[in-house]
Amino acid sequence: MDFSLSEEQELFQKTVRGFVAHECPPQTVRAIFDGKRAAVPALAQGLAEIGVAGLVIPERHGGAGLELLEAALVAEELGRGAVPVPFLGHTLATLALARGGSPAQQATWLPRLAAGDAHATVALAEDEGSWLPPAWRVEPANGRVTGRKHHVPEADGADLFVVGCRGGALALVEAGPEVRVTPEPSLDRGRPLATLDLDGAPAALLGGADAAHLVDAGSVLLAADAFGAAHQLVRATVEYLKTRQQFGQPLAQFQAVKHQLANMALEVDPTRGLWWYAAHAFDHAPAEASRAAALAKAHITERAQQVVRDAVEAHGGIGFTWECDVQIWFKRVMFDRLWLGAPELHRERFAAIEGW
Amino acid sequence: MNLQFGEKYEQLRAEVRAFCAESWPLRGAEAKLDERAQAIAWRKRAIAAGFLHRTVPQAYGGAGAEPDVMADTVIRQELDRAGAPHVGSVQGTHMLVPTLLECGTEEQRREYILPTLTGEITWCQGYSEPGAGSDLASLRSRAELVGDEWVLNGQKIWTSQATEADMMFGLFRTEPDAAKPHAGISYLLIPMSTPGIDPRPLKMMQGGVDFCEVFFDGARIPARNIVGRRGEGWKVTKATLKHERMLIGDTTGTRMSFDALLALARAVQRDGRPALEHPVLRQRLAEIAGYVATQEWAVARMLTAFHQGRDMEVLSELLTTKLFGTNLQQMIAKLALELIPDQGLREPDPDEATMSLRGFTRGRWVSQYMFTLAYAIAGGASNVQRNIIGEIVLGLPRDQRPAR
Repeated sequence: MDFSLSEEQELFQKTVRGFVAHECPPQTVRAIFDGKRAAVPALAQGLAEIGVAGLVIPERHGGAGLELLEAALVAEELGRGAVPVPFLGHTLATLALARGGSPAQQATWLPRLAAGDAHATVALAEDEGSWLPPAWRVEPANGRVTGRKHHVPEADGADLFVVGCRGGALALVEAGPEVRVTPEPSLDRGRPLATLDLDGAPAALLGGADAAHLVDAGSVLLAADAFGAAHQLVRATVEYLKTRQQFGQPLAQFQAVKHQLANMALEVDPTRGLWWYAAHAFDHAPAEASRAAALAKAHITERAQQVVRDAVEAHGGIGFTWECDVQIWFKRVMFDRLWLGAPELHRERFAAIEGW
Repeated sequence: MNLQFGEKYEQLRAEVRAFCAESWPLRGAEAKLDERAQAIAWRKRAIAAGFLHRTVPQAYGGAGAEPDVMADTVIRQELDRAGAPHVGSVQGTHMLVPTLLECGTEEQRREYILPTLTGEITWCQGYSEPGAGSDLASLRSRAELVGDEWVLNGQKIWTSQATEADMMFGLFRTEPDAAKPHAGISYLLIPMSTPGIDPRPLKMMQGGVDFCEVFFDGARIPARNIVGRRGEGWKVTKATLKHERMLIGDTTGTRMSFDALLALARAVQRDGRPALEHPVLRQRLAEIAGYVATQEWAVARMLTAFHQGRDMEVLSELLTTKLFGTNLQQMIAKLALELIPDQGLREPDPDEATMSLRGFTRGRWVSQYMFTLAYAIAGGASNVQRNIIGEIVLGLPRDQRPAR
């Protein structure tokens, strides 16, 4: 048994971590968060150059031909750095296309998406809480689709949308006059969301794709992102409390503070294997995939939520300010917890799969 | 990543399974022996076959195998499956034996290791005292060398199985004038039949009896019954404490408890249907399932890392193991009592007040609800664990301990 990363996987993750550290330090994150988005295209292109845009796209279409585990390792690093560039939507859309697109659809789109010359994303949620395929009502007819999708990430400037439809079908919709993107006032400004209005937009079904897969993959990526963000925020809080002095000593010296930090590490650190396994199962143990993904998403984003709340508290007054970066990681985790459905939804999904 | 054990270990699994099929349960005259004698007879065979305590050197009765956590895991899975009595007196097998292997004399190793592994000699641990809990180094029980004997005086407490054990390994102050409290302690091996030793059972909160206070009043043991040098007992214990923590963090215990909780949720009714179908309880069970799976994958990661000699990469998983397992067992027991609230108002029957993770009856859940608190106290209290996580995993400043 070998429940560890391969040398290649470790090296790749290190490369991504290095890229984030050099190209997207907290001051860049902060600038983008505050609306100065000029740096985003260059960052996205930089990530594409190290293989992130085409990660799950087969090599014959110009991608890296890797699996969900590698994508999740990227998600961990992007979460760790709260990196505000398109990744989640693009990765899920390319995964759907790589799994279920016709040869013609793949040949048309995948090479451009892998190179970062085109951007794709997914449009899944409908009305309040309608995150999972059984709740989707949008339905293509005569090669066209009409309806509204909420909380679409990376919609601004996207060339291609993978739209979730009634019965769990997925349709490809290109940007065009029948596709209207309206920005939503997004809490995680690093990953702004939009509402998508489709008014008879030309739509081509992805014949071999399965929406349930997309939900599983998204769950794993969000869990990994939340893990990275929460793990980092625990460490950042430790560093801050080692320097902040009160009563003539660092706050980190007080046992009450120490125990709070230990409890935070206790909630987040041991969960690494949970999302590793969920990613591994997605590619290598299909019968386990949905169960593992649902549990990882529910558990890790829930634990991460408490950890980031504790981090604000431990920082004291400064932690509650807009100026302090804690809020950026805090909102990153809020997104991870709620996008694709709150933990409650995924716990029930898990319970049903378990046959409870 | 490859979650199969692979050909080598599956071959081992087949060998262990064949061994179990042939060796357990015992047959013929042996089947009529009492429970302890049966366990001893089977363990002798399992040790000789190299499937139990396999890393213990051949000179002391083991197989002298290289450490291999994968092999250990496969073997344990098969022994559990067969219901074989492979878990003996854990104080002896998991604490005393490693200690003797590291610090014991040749004579001590030959005298104690094999009989301890088979269960012919059982052990209790004499560490805590009424005035020395988490601050163990403040212990005051004394051993004075008179001629060629140690004369023991004082009191130990929270000593599990003190009335049944054959031997105690214990810490006694032998150098009362040492400059630092840690420096004056020695590690002694004490036959419990020695005159002047009086173990008195303490009734636990759930009504059962497991631990004792043990009084020493001039009890005399041979001078050679010291492990390590005089005054170096503290150093000798370090390996032992580490092993106790690993033991409590074992995941089979939480898996067994969680499976029992699910069985309970199937058996009891809420609103005219099994509690397992109640939306609120499904949520709470799934939340606990997240912790159970977290623990199992953390252990899988640790196993791999140990196997590859990359222990430091799983330091956080390792040092959170005990606290994580404690909290999880408490969560499971608390939810169980919500499923059987009326039972929770009844005092457990005496036979349900003993600690066991097998055969959960409703009364035993009430005991477990209380007994899981012991996990937070024994083997390094939870608040001490939080200090360790804070200081070692997160690199927080060490506690400023008052000068002595």
